[in-house]
Amino acid sequence: MVAIVTIGVLSLQGAVSEHLASMNRVFQVEKQKGKAILVRQPQDIDVCDALIIPGGESTTISRILVNSGMHDVISERINQNNIAIMGTCAGCVLLAKELIDTKTDLRLLQAMDMQVERNAFGRQKESFEKSIAIKSFTTPYNAVFIRAPIITKVWGTCKVIATVGKEIVMTRQSNYLALSFHPELADDLRIHRYFLEML
Amino acid sequence: MKEFDLSRMRHGTDLIKKGFSKMQKGGVIMDVTTAEQAKIAEKSGAVAVMALERVPADIRAHGGVARMADPTIIKQIIDLVSIPVMAKARIGHFVEAQALEALGVDMIDESEVLTPADPFYHIDKRVFTIPFVCGCRNLGEATRRIWEGAAMIRTKGEAGTGNIIEAIRHQRMVTSMIRAIKTMQTIQLRKLAEEYCQNYVTSFKTLTNQEVDEKTVVFDSSNYVTIKKEMYEILKETKELQRLPVVNFAAGGIATPADAAIMMQLGSDGVFVGSGIFKSKNPEKRAKAIVEAVAHFDEPGKIAEVSKNLGDAMLGIEISTIPKEQLLQERGW
Repeated sequence: MVAIVTIGVLSLQGAVSEHLASMNRVFQVEKQKGKAILVRQPQDIDVCDALIIPGGESTTISRILVNSGMHDVISERINQNNIAIMGTCAGCVLLAKELIDTKTDLRLLQAMDMQVERNAFGRQKESFEKSIAIKSFTTPYNAVFIRAPIITKVWGTCKVIATVGKEIVMTRQSNYLALSFHPELADDLRIHRYFLEML
Repeated sequence: MKEFDLSRMRHGTDLIKKGFSKMQKGGVIMDVTTAEQAKIAEKSGAVAVMALERVPADIRAHGGVARMADPTIIKQIIDLVSIPVMAKARIGHFVEAQALEALGVDMIDESEVLTPADPFYHIDKRVFTIPFVCGCRNLGEATRRIWEGAAMIRTKGEAGTGNIIEAIRHQRMVTSMIRAIKTMQTIQLRKLAEEYCQNYVTSFKTLTNQEVDEKTVVFDSSNYVTIKKEMYEILKETKELQRLPVVNFAAGGIATPADAAIMMQLGSDGVFVGSGIFKSKNPEKRAKAIVEAVAHFDEPGKIAEVSKNLGDAMLGIEISTIPKEQLLQERGW
């Protein structure tokens, strides 16, 4: 792990402040030297060792990423393999190489060997909370799914970390972590700690 | 939708309803009346669309009773776009809300833009699986709606006018009062909670001609003492957070990228744009510009850039020329 880490929270749209607060709480609890910052401009990414792409609307976030030039900056860091990224819900969608979606064209960051289907659990009335088992966690984790995507397929070095029934909801591939649920909405900090330990 | 073990999934919890609202933050929710408009909104970067029969400017021009939109239109929109679809129900019309939930709408706006259905009560939003957004002019209205279960609050503004002044008024009313309660002691805050409850008491007295005591049931199954206590808890949380404990959007009169950005700088979490987009000369361009303005609300150069050559905004109405009885913001309490 690097000595002092800077974790950027992509601050374009969605549950930004919740991720920032969770990450800062982890730094506090772990007495780890590091800070979480908001990333609003392409140059903000330069100082980041890691990036969190929050939940929100993937079509909106993707659009603003492309228009602001941040999409290219993040893609470049992915190509150089020198950034860790956690994507939750919309962020999970953006990390995928492939998308099952006939309705929308959105530009993916294509960091992970996986295929994702948006809103695959249904509409808001089907959104749910559920205790799930996460690999390497010793006790169940209460996951919050909101119009959540499903990871429909993984290949290469992308590994499944958690499922709901048969459906994949969390994966890891080297520096990248994808979750179809929202750790930023829970008081449980284990996911943010897990991400920090990946660095 | 696939096969799941649904038995252990918990739906419609407070966390899920408020969580949905949080996913909208920093976004623009656009009024649309057709599936084609919804597609334009989605392509322009809207986080959600609000499906309705007529935009507020047309409701205002038309007169008559404004009701929930035709489910056919709502269903077409749901089928065409992948972003959340919201729809409006009349104030107090819980059956319109039930129908919208059954249709698969993702969030209901219990809205003063439609003609109110119940003169005494707003909808009991706690019993629904999907979340609600409600309008407010001040902290009292906001607190009552949150207590009734709203997962998002928005300013009422004055819909259909293209005039931002009322939205700014309501935003300032809420934030100033939140600052004012910062120094309030428990006893003062309890008094404020009691004051904010009086609308329920008044409705009960009008309906029954009886006095209210602590045990009197004044809203759904909740008695007066419980409402007072729970409203105090909401105010206490608001005081500690120094913001509303739910997501807070701006609405009612936003017509330009700068209008959207000023609401963000005044502390809104996002904006609703009603008539402002599809009543303008070039809806798609304006929609995209407003999305950019909300994402970059604190970058003046960017606001100037996206405001160029948008074509005419909606004409707009000076508020003082509207007869008081036609002010939409006066609806609901």
